[in-house]
Amino acid sequence: MTAIPLQLPRRLVEFTLDGQEVRAPEGATVLDACRAAGTEVPTLCHGDTLTPKNACRVCVVEVEGARTLAPACSRKVEPGMRVRTGSERVRHSRKLVLELLASSTDLSTTPHVAGWIREYGADPDRFGPEAATRAGREAKVDNDLYVRDYAKCIMCYKCVDACGDQWQNTFAIAVAGRGFDNTISVEHDAPLTDSACVYCGNCIEVCPTGALSFKTEFDMRAAGTWDEAAQTETTTICAYCGVGCNLTLHVQGEEIVKVTSPHDNPVTHGNLCVKGRFGFQHVQNRE
Amino acid sequence: MDLRFTDAKPTDEERAAVDACLGAPEVGWEGGERTAEELRWARGGHAARARRDQLLPALHAVNDRVGWISEGALDYVCRRLTVPPAEGYGVASFYAMFALRPRPARVLHVCTDLACAARGSAALTGALAELLGPPGGAAGGVRWQPSPCLGLCERAPAALAIQAGEQGPQAHGTDAADLADPVDPAHPANLTGSVGPAGVAGTTDAVHPPYRTGPVDRSGLTGPADPRGRVDRAGLTGPAHPTGSASPATAADEAHPAHPAGAHAPAGSADAETAPYCTAVVGPATAGTAELAAVAPCAAPEEPPAAAAVPQAGQDGLVLLRRIGRVDPADLDDYRAQGGYSALRRAFALGPAGVIREVLDAGLVGRGGAAFPTGRKWEATAGRPERTHYLVCNADESEPGTFKDRVLMEGDPYALVEAMTIAGYAVGAHRGYLYLRGEYPRALRRMAHAIGRARARGLLGPDVLGQGYAFDIEIRRGAGAYICGEETAIFNSIEGLRGEPRSKPPFPVERGLFGRPTAVNNVETLVNVLPILERGAAAYASVGTAQSTGTKLFCVSGTVRRPGVYELPFGASLRELVELSGGVPEGRRLRAVLLGGAAGAFVRPDELDIPLTFEGTRAAGATLGSGVVLLLDDTVELPRTLLRIAEFFRDESCGQCVPCRVGTVRQEEALHRIKDLTGAAAAGDIALLREVGAAMRDASICGLGQTAWNAVESAIDRLGVYAGALPGSGPAAGTPADPVDGGVR
Ligand SMILES: Cc1cc2nc3c(=O)[nH]c(=O)nc-3n(C[C@H](O)[C@H](O)[C@H](O)COP(=O)(O)O)c2cc1C
Ligand code: SF4
Ligand code: SF4
Ligand code: SF4
Ligand code: FES
Ligand code: FES
Repeated sequence: MTAIPLQLPRRLVEFTLDGQEVRAPEGATVLDACRAAGTEVPTLCHGDTLTPKNACRVCVVEVEGARTLAPACSRKVEPGMRVRTGSERVRHSRKLVLELLASSTDLSTTPHVAGWIREYGADPDRFGPEAATRAGREAKVDNDLYVRDYAKCIMCYKCVDACGDQWQNTFAIAVAGRGFDNTISVEHDAPLTDSACVYCGNCIEVCPTGALSFKTEFDMRAAGTWDEAAQTETTTICAYCGVGCNLTLHVQGEEIVKVTSPHDNPVTHGNLCVKGRFGFQHVQNRE
Repeated sequence: MDLRFTDAKPTDEERAAVDACLGAPEVGWEGGERTAEELRWARGGHAARARRDQLLPALHAVNDRVGWISEGALDYVCRRLTVPPAEGYGVASFYAMFALRPRPARVLHVCTDLACAARGSAALTGALAELLGPPGGAAGGVRWQPSPCLGLCERAPAALAIQAGEQGPQAHGTDAADLADPVDPAHPANLTGSVGPAGVAGTTDAVHPPYRTGPVDRSGLTGPADPRGRVDRAGLTGPAHPTGSASPATAADEAHPAHPAGAHAPAGSADAETAPYCTAVVGPATAGTAELAAVAPCAAPEEPPAAAAVPQAGQDGLVLLRRIGRVDPADLDDYRAQGGYSALRRAFALGPAGVIREVLDAGLVGRGGAAFPTGRKWEATAGRPERTHYLVCNADESEPGTFKDRVLMEGDPYALVEAMTIAGYAVGAHRGYLYLRGEYPRALRRMAHAIGRARARGLLGPDVLGQGYAFDIEIRRGAGAYICGEETAIFNSIEGLRGEPRSKPPFPVERGLFGRPTAVNNVETLVNVLPILERGAAAYASVGTAQSTGTKLFCVSGTVRRPGVYELPFGASLRELVELSGGVPEGRRLRAVLLGGAAGAFVRPDELDIPLTFEGTRAAGATLGSGVVLLLDDTVELPRTLLRIAEFFRDESCGQCVPCRVGTVRQEEALHRIKDLTGAAAAGDIALLREVGAAMRDASICGLGQTAWNAVESAIDRLGVYAGALPGSGPAAGTPADPVDGGVR
């Protein structure tokens, strides 16, 4: 999260980033320091409101003296450490991670990834037409509010963490299976309607790939009418109860097509309940 | 947390299995009878969730009893432990031993891994398919399925039959009688997955009810109790093993031939519904013996004693293996008569810091694969300010080709109990967990028995040896996941989470099991502490080299005349070991040696002078790993071997990080494409493999992904597997008298 509540000023740690002496507050991650220094680091599984799971490995950097690369999103800065973000090893691993992901997942709705694939010269097709992929999995459309399209899932664990102990405390979904066959699932792979899900949509809020999306968005994409360029975003206050959560209404034409919530809200950090997230359908049902 | 459960209900049998493991439910909120009063309060909070670590034992209980875990059973387990059902499902679906769909009560696991493949597992599975149909089917009430290494490589090709059923003393064999020993009815061994005290000073009475009746029933029906039990009761100074047999392990195996009919579960009953839980190991297996064991595991012939896996057994000069075949693994007095518990006495005399000093001075480094100095690990753990520290003994032993820890536990179980007690004392732990591989039924029985006996005799418990030190050991059974041997995945597995590695830092010595400072050590590492304390650090360090002190166990398997566990002082050459084991069979020629296991490296027959030390193998670009020495002769098709290695890593990747989850799949696909190609035809895929391998090595979270390409890379670079020509296997490799060349003997 970017909004830092009042606290004692943190000590600064000095270290070297791509040959430059830089300082970052103690406890900051390498990623924080890179962003502060204007150094681009691609990230996928990192969430600004979540504890890093460092699962995707697209953010790896080279720390001098270490046997392996380190994930920038979770590695804390240490005094005197020498970090390189553009070395051959770094670029190679990032390229391969992108190739491995793009060859096994439908990344068509993942922001930024097409640019990184170009930037790193990644060629996901090199594994051949027979390469195993989850891209063919059928989307789970089992309720009126949101769709789980796991063909697009990169297994970043963010939805699980948001639904579980980090935010929602509902624990409706978890990682199931092992290895390449793992997936996000409710118990026994049942429909969402048979699960503990309360439709807060906080998992959708953090999903970096579009694997989780509003049913409205899913249907409009299927119909070819989804047009982000034509959408406006208006942030307002939810009127359903007295908490005062911020809602960002995404409007296309005359319709609210989805609802997000600002992550920098110091109270809610982007989380909502079913009323704020999906109550717009009620607003629009005027007849 | 507001848990929601489905309407699926457990069957009576499932409920009984879970209650036998967890105790009867106390309140309606856990799935018991709900009273009117209970509707006025809700169960929840920390206390309700504090038993999460019982999840794996409870899943084992159901799987062992019924053969699979139904929705109703999983739901009931989750209710009992206040675990969200989605998470319970996530955990259950992580482990290969658990089935979430109906399957027959009898399952035969047939090893198709490296050593077994080198010794005919393909013919075995082919013949089994003819007898029982394709793998995964359910012909005749039996399912057979291919399995990764079962840790029985000296008996390759090997198979393990498991029959689900009511828990009770094993229907045959020594171990049943041992476990039913009336000396310790309060601490019967529960084989369902968690074996241990309810608290250091607690009892397990409420926790393992089915066993309370076991021993009583037995003694009632069979007359006087096991005579060896009486000897134990006679006290610490009692006479040694009364049978006086030269081969006590065998004697013990024969002492208690059959489970008395009707004594417990209806042994011998053909009805699978009420059949007892039992397991059988077959090796070397034929389709016939494997099928027989699968159909009637209770009636299968007894396994050979552990000493049969130790060609050097009984020889002088052995250190770690010195008691194997000489000591009765069931008999604590025999263990004491052969030097047992003198190391613990010395430890108490030295104090914890003194023990760590000795271990540091001895230069002991870990034998689990990472070769980390044990004394430093202990020092770091002991020095942490937190009050609770833990010891975890890593007995997950799943690296293909590794079986030394099994042999130690089966052949000399009290040695590990004593060693864990010393380690716990040194690091300031009052509880040790023995994380034991799920596919090791005999090691489980032997360790459970030894721990129970040690507890009954005050060698574990609130006041060990009257020294005021409290220590107890709880066994946790793995459930078929190689990754759970990784030192942080093991914590998650014990805690009832998916066995995924954690990111480091923080390291286990800072934040390990249950978030507390924890020392994790391999079985063999711990057992080394005994000679260190018995003989002193200097004497210990005088064996071996400066950087690799002491002796090392090697698991020799594959196409070799005398497979087994060998003990050699560090510094012996690979050639000496190969010679000791008789080399490749007559008329064959050594093609390659895999050192260190699937995560290790291949070496050529002309490299046999590599010294078997940590530094020597490292200098040669190889590794000792877990002590695997797999010999492959010229009949073995190396591309198939590499493909099997790749399959193993693909199957065993936890799936957490992209380089390993997808990289291991791409590695396998590429090796599959080139399995019959060489030279230019393979070059493109080899380049691809190198690129994928480099990213796996650099960017994976844990050692599994980081090493998944090592062996394949070494086979390409050192053996020239796809090059067409075969470097190092030319005629100069050896004379007929050389073990490299089987010649004619
Ligand atoms: C994938 C993987 C599997 C492992 N399996 C085992 C195992 O089965 N037994 C073991 O002792 N160590 C295993 N290790 C090594 C442990 O992580 C750890 O280093 C070891 O238990 C520490 O004990 P030691 O210092 O006594 O060797 C494994 C490591 C990895 C990465
Ligand atoms: S909508 Fe809310 S409750 Fe449902 S799965 Fe997503 S985060 Fe969990
Ligand atoms: S569904 Fe989305 S948030 Fe959840 S793991 Fe997949 S990509 Fe991540
Ligand atoms: S390297 Fe493989 S086994 Fe290790 S954490 Fe990553 S996916 Fe899991
Ligand atoms: S963003 Fe750092 S590992 Fe995924
Ligand atoms: S038991 Fe088959 S390879 Fe180990």
